[in-house]
Amino acid sequence: MVDVLVALLPATLVGLYQFGWYGLVVILLCVGGCLGVEAVGQKMMGQKVTVSDGSAAVTGLLLALSLPPRAEWWLCAIGALAGIGLGKLVFGGLGYNPFNPAILARVVLLISFPAQMTSFVTPSPWGLDAVTTATPLNLLQEARIRGLGLGEAAHTDLLAAFLGGIPGSLGETSALAVLLGGLYLLWRGHINWDVPVGMLGTMALVSGLFWWHDPAHYMPPAFHLVTGGAMLVAFFMATDMVTSPLTRKGRVIFAVGCGLLTIVIRMWGGYAEAISFAVLLMNAAVPIIDRYTAPRLYGARKRGGL
Amino acid sequence: MIRRFRSFFGGIHPQYRKELSATGAIETLPLPDQVVVPLLQHIGKPAEPVVKVGDTVRTGQVVGTASGVVSVSVHATLSGTVTGIATIAHPSGREVKGVVIESDGADNWIDLEPCEEWPSLPPQAVRERVSAAGIAGLGGATFPTHVKLSPPEARPVDTLIVNGVECEPYLTADHRLMLEHTGQVVAGAVLVSRVLGVSRVIFGIEDNKPDAVQAIEAEIRRVAGSSAGFEVPVTVGVLPTKYPQGGEKQLIAVLTGHEVPSGGLPVDVGVVVHNVGTCAAVFDAVRHGRPLVERVVTVTGEGLKRPGNVRVRLGTPARLLVEHFGGMVGEVGKVVFGGPMMGVAQYNLEVPVIKGTSGILIIPRDHIDTDDIRPCIRCSACIEVCPIGLLPNMISVCAEMRAFGESEQYHPFDCIECGCCSYVCPSYRPLVQMIRFAKTEVQHLKAKH
Repeated sequence: MVDVLVALLPATLVGLYQFGWYGLVVILLCVGGCLGVEAVGQKMMGQKVTVSDGSAAVTGLLLALSLPPRAEWWLCAIGALAGIGLGKLVFGGLGYNPFNPAILARVVLLISFPAQMTSFVTPSPWGLDAVTTATPLNLLQEARIRGLGLGEAAHTDLLAAFLGGIPGSLGETSALAVLLGGLYLLWRGHINWDVPVGMLGTMALVSGLFWWHDPAHYMPPAFHLVTGGAMLVAFFMATDMVTSPLTRKGRVIFAVGCGLLTIVIRMWGGYAEAISFAVLLMNAAVPIIDRYTAPRLYGARKRGGL
Repeated sequence: MIRRFRSFFGGIHPQYRKELSATGAIETLPLPDQVVVPLLQHIGKPAEPVVKVGDTVRTGQVVGTASGVVSVSVHATLSGTVTGIATIAHPSGREVKGVVIESDGADNWIDLEPCEEWPSLPPQAVRERVSAAGIAGLGGATFPTHVKLSPPEARPVDTLIVNGVECEPYLTADHRLMLEHTGQVVAGAVLVSRVLGVSRVIFGIEDNKPDAVQAIEAEIRRVAGSSAGFEVPVTVGVLPTKYPQGGEKQLIAVLTGHEVPSGGLPVDVGVVVHNVGTCAAVFDAVRHGRPLVERVVTVTGEGLKRPGNVRVRLGTPARLLVEHFGGMVGEVGKVVFGGPMMGVAQYNLEVPVIKGTSGILIIPRDHIDTDDIRPCIRCSACIEVCPIGLLPNMISVCAEMRAFGESEQYHPFDCIECGCCSYVCPSYRPLVQMIRFAKTEVQHLKAKH
């Protein structure tokens, strides 16, 4: 778990530099909230308190990084309660939760508080010159709903989006910083390459086909890979072992499903933050994927899990 | 003919540490003052005692007769006086009766009936001599050998596999036997191949024992063409070193390309597997009329002064073997009968060596990694190493929740209990133990209904 926190360090530091000290408050509130909810919840249920395993801290940090940089304190608190309480403890704690707690928290907040969850500011050194603005995905979403085609999103500076110069959630502005952390996790052997590669690859392929067919109405694949939570979700949340399939074959199906649903929701759905919904839906499909992708049983035609 | 084979799916590469004892020639343990001969040293029903307290017995005399077909006779492993027939400490941890024999120091054998014409002995006569000698598979599974020499008429056996893989870490008893008693091993395999009427014989040996491969191959060539040689094609199969390569199912799949059907036996694919030690015992029984009263045991581990291999009379307490090799050093954590992967930890050094005891392993305290059992995080490490294709984590979670009926859909009964899953689990979950627990509970549930 320490390695996961280390891997999130680049994204965290970039976020703090761009949005200032209040980002630290958001992080402390989320991490503290998650640890607190887990400790109190486990006490109340008469279970052994396991906050020291670090998993609640990781959930808290991931939640903080996926919130708007000026998220209010109660948003953080409700997020922690939803993530750890609803996402983890009610299912029996670590290992038994069907949904990734951080994603679940983000989706609960998105549905419950859409205004606060889409209120972003521009990045600036130490967050001193921040002004309220919208993210490229939000711009795209609005333009699409009003029938204005790609709207302002068409002018998104993709290099800036990759490096970290556009508005976004606290830890999601710099795709590069998140990618560095993801590669570190791959190198340390904590995650499998199949999920991030399958997911980002599918997103690129599907969005690329539409863009190639009609570039006036669809954004290029690079846009989809560097905006929103693409990198953070693909490397840090979809790869959660507890909520992804057991075999490589299963994980590839899961990853392709996540990528496909992300693009579908981004292009035709009602929410800009499509990727969280996509992963949440695929989390729900994990038991059935496991059922049909279990290894072949020695000496039998049937599968080990069926 | 030497041929290299590919490996099986799954499995692990633990530290083998065979170098501790691999170069130690087989020594002979001085006769103990007393032996405790368990009436159950095999899979099946215990033998029925045929001696009583106060009787004098000679070495090799039957003290317990097989009760039924799937049972094996046991013999006095010393000459002397029967001083007790009682429940004894048994390596399996089960309650087993044993015959206690006080030595008279003379090692006075029964009159053996050697057979010079062993190569031409008819199959039925071989089976009878094997049965009389009380041989059970010496690889550790201890299935009655005479039963495996009598396959059902309806299931012809075309392949004999001689198992010299010895994939368990630390153990070197079979390795030394193949080097030092090559003639007995090969002659025993010749006998078994003739009794079974197979059309081919394959030896399976891991590539970490090239000297054993050479020795066996040279012996096969030496006897080829003579009356003591194989009448069918023989292959010495060299296998990549990986645990559990010596598991019957893995060995058959790699050497023949056939998989034993789920819930079935090797004869279902026309194969019978015998361990090299069993082959040597078969030869001794047929050629010399010698019952199985001794075996080679590896005594090893970092907690032992001087690891080595030793021939001992069955029923000798583990304590004497440990003392023979200089005793324990440092703080000892566990004493295991068998290897580190599938062996059974003992609570008492008085437990006797039995027919299936391939090794005694002394593990220092600081080599034992214990930690709290943590929840399964579905990392799937156990699934990747399972050589059967099971989902060990799912069975363990079911067992933990006491959902034994639920566990059955994950095929716990196909588990060969090799322990690879427990070995790799990062959450320190005793997976193979939980699968065994699920198996016994499911059987209980079924017995109730």
